[in-house]
Amino acid sequence: MNASREIVRYTAPTRINHWLVAIGFVLAALSGLALFHPALFWLSHLFGGGPWTRILHPFIGLFMFIVFVLLALKVGRDNRMQAADWTWLRHARDVVANREQDLPEVGRYNAGQKLLYFLIVLCLLVLLLSGLVIWRAYFSLYFSIGLVRLASVLHAIAATVLVCAIIVHIYAAIWVKGSLRAMTRGTVTPGWAWKHHRAWFREVARGAAKPRT
Amino acid sequence: MTLQSLDIVRRSATTTPSPRARGAHTGEVAKLIDVSKCIGCKACQVACMEWNDLRDEIGTCSGHYDNPADLSAQSWTLMRFTEYENPDSGHLEWLIRKDGCMHCAHPGCLEACPSPGAIVKYANGIVDFHEEHCIGCGYCITGCPFNIPRISRKDGKAYKCTLCSDRVAVGLEPACVKTCPTGAIVFGSKDDMKQHAAERIEDLKSRGFANAGLYDPAGVGGTHVMYVLHHADQPQLYANLPAQPKIGAMVGLWKGAAKPVALLAMAATILAGFLHYIGIGPNETDERDEEAARRELEKPS
Amino acid sequence: MTNHWVDIKNADLVLIMGGNAAEAHPCGFKWVTEAKAHNKAKLIVVDPRFTRSASVADHYLPIRTGTDIVFLGGLIRYLLENDKIQREYVVNYTDLSFIVKDAFAFEGGLYSGYDADKRRYDKSSWDYELGADGYVRTDPTLTDPRCVYNLLKQHYARYTPEMVERVCGTPKDKTLPIWDLIASTATPTRAMTIMYALGWTQHSIGSQMIRTGAMVQLLLGNIGIAGGGMNALRGHSNIQGLTDLGLMSNLLTGYMTLPNEAEQDYDAYIAARALKPLRPNQLSYWQNYRKFFVSFMKAWWGDAATADNHWGYDYLPKLDKPYDMLQTFELMRQGKVNGYICQGFNPLAAAPNKAKMDASLAQLKYLVIMDPLATETSEFWRNAGEHNDVDPSKIQTEVFRLPTTCFAEEDGSLTNSSRWLQWHWKGANPPGEARSDLEIMGALFVRLRALYAKEGGTFPDPITKLSWPYAQPESPSAEELAKEYSGYALKDLADPKDPAKITRKAGEQLAGFAELRDDGSTASGCWIFCGAWGPTGNLMARRDNADPTGIGQTINWAWAWPANRRVLYNRASCDPAGAPFDPARVLVRWNGSAWIGADVPDYKADENPDLGMGPFIMNPEGVARFFARGAMAEGPFPEHYEPFETPLASNPLNPDQPLALNNPAARVFADDRAAFGKADAFPHVATTYRLTEHFHYWTKHCRLNAIIQPEQFVEIGEALANEIGIATGARVKVSSNRGHITAVAMVTKRIKPLTIEGKTVHTVGIPIHWGFTGVAKAGFLANTLTPVVGDGNSQTPEFKSFLVKVEKA
Repeated sequence: MNASREIVRYTAPTRINHWLVAIGFVLAALSGLALFHPALFWLSHLFGGGPWTRILHPFIGLFMFIVFVLLALKVGRDNRMQAADWTWLRHARDVVANREQDLPEVGRYNAGQKLLYFLIVLCLLVLLLSGLVIWRAYFSLYFSIGLVRLASVLHAIAATVLVCAIIVHIYAAIWVKGSLRAMTRGTVTPGWAWKHHRAWFREVARGAAKPRT
Repeated sequence: MTLQSLDIVRRSATTTPSPRARGAHTGEVAKLIDVSKCIGCKACQVACMEWNDLRDEIGTCSGHYDNPADLSAQSWTLMRFTEYENPDSGHLEWLIRKDGCMHCAHPGCLEACPSPGAIVKYANGIVDFHEEHCIGCGYCITGCPFNIPRISRKDGKAYKCTLCSDRVAVGLEPACVKTCPTGAIVFGSKDDMKQHAAERIEDLKSRGFANAGLYDPAGVGGTHVMYVLHHADQPQLYANLPAQPKIGAMVGLWKGAAKPVALLAMAATILAGFLHYIGIGPNETDERDEEAARRELEKPS
Repeated sequence: MTNHWVDIKNADLVLIMGGNAAEAHPCGFKWVTEAKAHNKAKLIVVDPRFTRSASVADHYLPIRTGTDIVFLGGLIRYLLENDKIQREYVVNYTDLSFIVKDAFAFEGGLYSGYDADKRRYDKSSWDYELGADGYVRTDPTLTDPRCVYNLLKQHYARYTPEMVERVCGTPKDKTLPIWDLIASTATPTRAMTIMYALGWTQHSIGSQMIRTGAMVQLLLGNIGIAGGGMNALRGHSNIQGLTDLGLMSNLLTGYMTLPNEAEQDYDAYIAARALKPLRPNQLSYWQNYRKFFVSFMKAWWGDAATADNHWGYDYLPKLDKPYDMLQTFELMRQGKVNGYICQGFNPLAAAPNKAKMDASLAQLKYLVIMDPLATETSEFWRNAGEHNDVDPSKIQTEVFRLPTTCFAEEDGSLTNSSRWLQWHWKGANPPGEARSDLEIMGALFVRLRALYAKEGGTFPDPITKLSWPYAQPESPSAEELAKEYSGYALKDLADPKDPAKITRKAGEQLAGFAELRDDGSTASGCWIFCGAWGPTGNLMARRDNADPTGIGQTINWAWAWPANRRVLYNRASCDPAGAPFDPARVLVRWNGSAWIGADVPDYKADENPDLGMGPFIMNPEGVARFFARGAMAEGPFPEHYEPFETPLASNPLNPDQPLALNNPAARVFADDRAAFGKADAFPHVATTYRLTEHFHYWTKHCRLNAIIQPEQFVEIGEALANEIGIATGARVKVSSNRGHITAVAMVTKRIKPLTIEGKTVHTVGIPIHWGFTGVAKAGFLANTLTPVVGDGNSQTPEFKSFLVKVEKA
């Protein structure tokens, strides 16, 4: 396989953005879990102890949210649901079973990725808003205790959903070989693109064939 | 803070049992505040500041007798004044309630606290904050049905009445009890305090307060600070003392079911991925895919 | 107090009027709580405001400030009309049966003998009719129209419940059930106590208000019994001690009085005070005045006081007029005072009309302040903005500030309201250069004496011959002074019945005032304190709270004057035969040969009751007086007069006599009269008072107190707030004819408008505690507003009733 024929899937700024989100997520998740469940309180040691965990967590969360917004804006256009996506979803069984030949052709992102995108957007919005309400040092003062209680629960639910979603996201990268390099090196092989995102592959082929050749 | 670790029967954010060898065989303690004897002199506030070495800011007058205006990290107890025109008797009543931690048998603060050992409950019933373990998240405020704990702006720690656990540990009554000039605040075993309250309630009923009663709300398992109220049927008259306090449903969900369910969900997701990998395996791109791609690319456009 | 704090627990009924015990005396108030909790007592509060005391009361009645005599006079009428009096008590123990002189009269609000120009009475007609035997004529059947009973009935006939409602604003339908409740204590087995304080004293008719309360208690037989009494709650931990020790301009110690200008003759001075009995076989204890006086003079001038020089009688000043606070500041304002020593006194804050105080202090050449705190008076010259807007460049007074110790930084005794002298020990050393008052006054005296010795002067003897036997002359100790005021033998004292028997050796402390002699062989600085430091030591330091009878007497706790007696007039708790009226609360009783019991009997200890000696042994009548004779400035029976600033144009009780609008016997200086305001410009009735969170002008210097009550406020009712359009927390301006203050408005349901003579009267409450020094938020001195006029007898300023105008600031 010729290196020069590889297809660029993510440019460097996008990759950096993604990994900033990823770092933010990992730190927010670890610090959040430390505060969420006593069995995981030991994770607070990673952040310099309980008070530091409490101090840092909301700032990490804010950071994640901001870099995520940048990323989400970049990739948002490609995550709009289309008619074919619903067909794709109906074939979820085939997806899980690695039977891609039975699926409709997929664009830059498949329906699963798109749903994940919207799920993450939703979770992060909930996390941000509920997080502000329960941010005791600056904001809780301005809200009723009832609202703070509701926000605490919503924050926990959204965080759980997000963590699960991200686990799926990470697993998908492990499962679908050749994906990870898209986010590390920025490129995928034409075969990977042809197999998993054929419509996108063709689009790229039409526009990118000339300069790349 | 000075009770021994053996006296601790519950710790926050701790899933295993605390030492159980020692019990409160002489009964749990309670502070009884007889609102009908209280003259609102605030000596308890001063005694609390003196014993605990607290000094709040010198505030302003907001047009009420309540000073400081609210509980704070430096004000662990506070008199709250309410002017009430009793529609039944036609009399004006000046209801004065000493506000502060109620030391619940089921403390919402302790339930909510994420930091192991930052909130403890002693065998004698006192609920205490161990500020050296406090991380300042304020979940105790979220968990408290009485809106009592306050986070310090200076050190980010949560504070509230300790029921003078340090004094009680060496056989003394809390500072507010010691100083109360009219005997409106008394301290002893919870059983004795209930008995004392019964006498007081009888006296109040003889003075026309048919609904006089004890405030020892069952929703939080009873409290170790109790009130004798002239109008026990309407506790909310006394500066919004909750009629039926309990640990909020949201707090119960947050600190109850949500915790195991969430961890289970995360673990299940990981496990599902792992099993999928083992059972079905990776989705790999092989040479045929590359070949197909090459063909496509080499097609004239 | 006739009784004492602990005794309040024995009451069946507590009347708080002219005071706010829960607010101002929270520690003593515990005994009211005890009475309620364990004696099923009921508490009644009568006050212009629904106070902290009212918050725990069974019954509350509103009243317009300054009208208490109308309410109590109405009560007296009610008790007499309905015969709710303890007849056996009043007939035997009071002057109700005494016949009054025919010349005595009361008409249109004035008593016989009034001189309108001098604003003073000729009191010669205010007396009993004497019989041929020299004793007062009496009519035990109470039928003689000139007996006190009938005069009293006649006097208060005008004080109807309707009149009470018109003048006090207290609704009749609410008043009558309360009077009925009070009347229930006319039986021997029920007791009512009255607790009062500055709410009665700080009126131009304050002394008479207190008398009216005492008269109610006498009618009900509530004086001298456990759980009864007239109980003055003293506002300062040692203000009882101040009056006991004679720190008033007209007093010597132990309520002996300074001679006036006309009394140049020693024997006449004594004769006027050593009163002979007015009825047969009465003790008339003041007959011993000479013994008290000579012992006092020996304590002060020692060997220089001899029989030949009338024990130094010439050393005493002879008063041309009283030199009370109001008089002194009037003289100061006129430029007639050069120097002034303020010892533990903050007159700029504590005296009425601050503007006058500022002007007066500025007339001084020098001002010495002895105080532990930086008082407003010590900084009267400093411009503190609107709170003290003076021009320092125009004030030439030189101010010396001498920091003194606080009570906890010295040994000594404090005399509480119960008349207990309680010794206390130093708890801490004073800070910095602070010295005790004893050190400062001692050192000052030693220097003055040296100056007089060196330079002579017109009459140096009172200074140079003063006895000053202290081990360290510049620093007398509290123990030395206590032994001196208690008293000791100067020579060996022989038993009068057996001259061979020596009862006290020279130098030995005396056990009580019964041992005092008029021959110069005893010294006692304050006869009523005699025995406080007795032959067995310092009884004030006793701390045995044993109460074997359960009646709360604890007679081995500290020491009470007089003679460690806890309940004054306790002989009156027994019937004429000496058996207790109420067997359930026995203070003393006659056992056939002696008076015994839980208290020290207020009677001759071995006096057979059959001999008819009355229980009020200090009175020459032997009984208590409804008819005050010449003892009061305004008249023998209390009569209501309006405050000097009143919302009314005439006195509803005496509408046709303009002279009877205000107290006709009160002294008013011309400039102060000119500074009175009228209701048209100042329509709101104001009263000043204290808050439980603070003590006078001291605790605003203390952070803890400042935290719990930080900022000046005034209390106004919701109706007035609506009228002037403000909400609670807004700022208001309160003006009187003498100045204005601004403060936060506390709008409350606890002050209701009253309907007085058909018109609405709003009450404004002005707590006093703020000023321009200290750590609490700076505020205005409340006395910026108050008028300069005192009670006709005590000259206590009328801080409780004056006129203001409240408006949005």
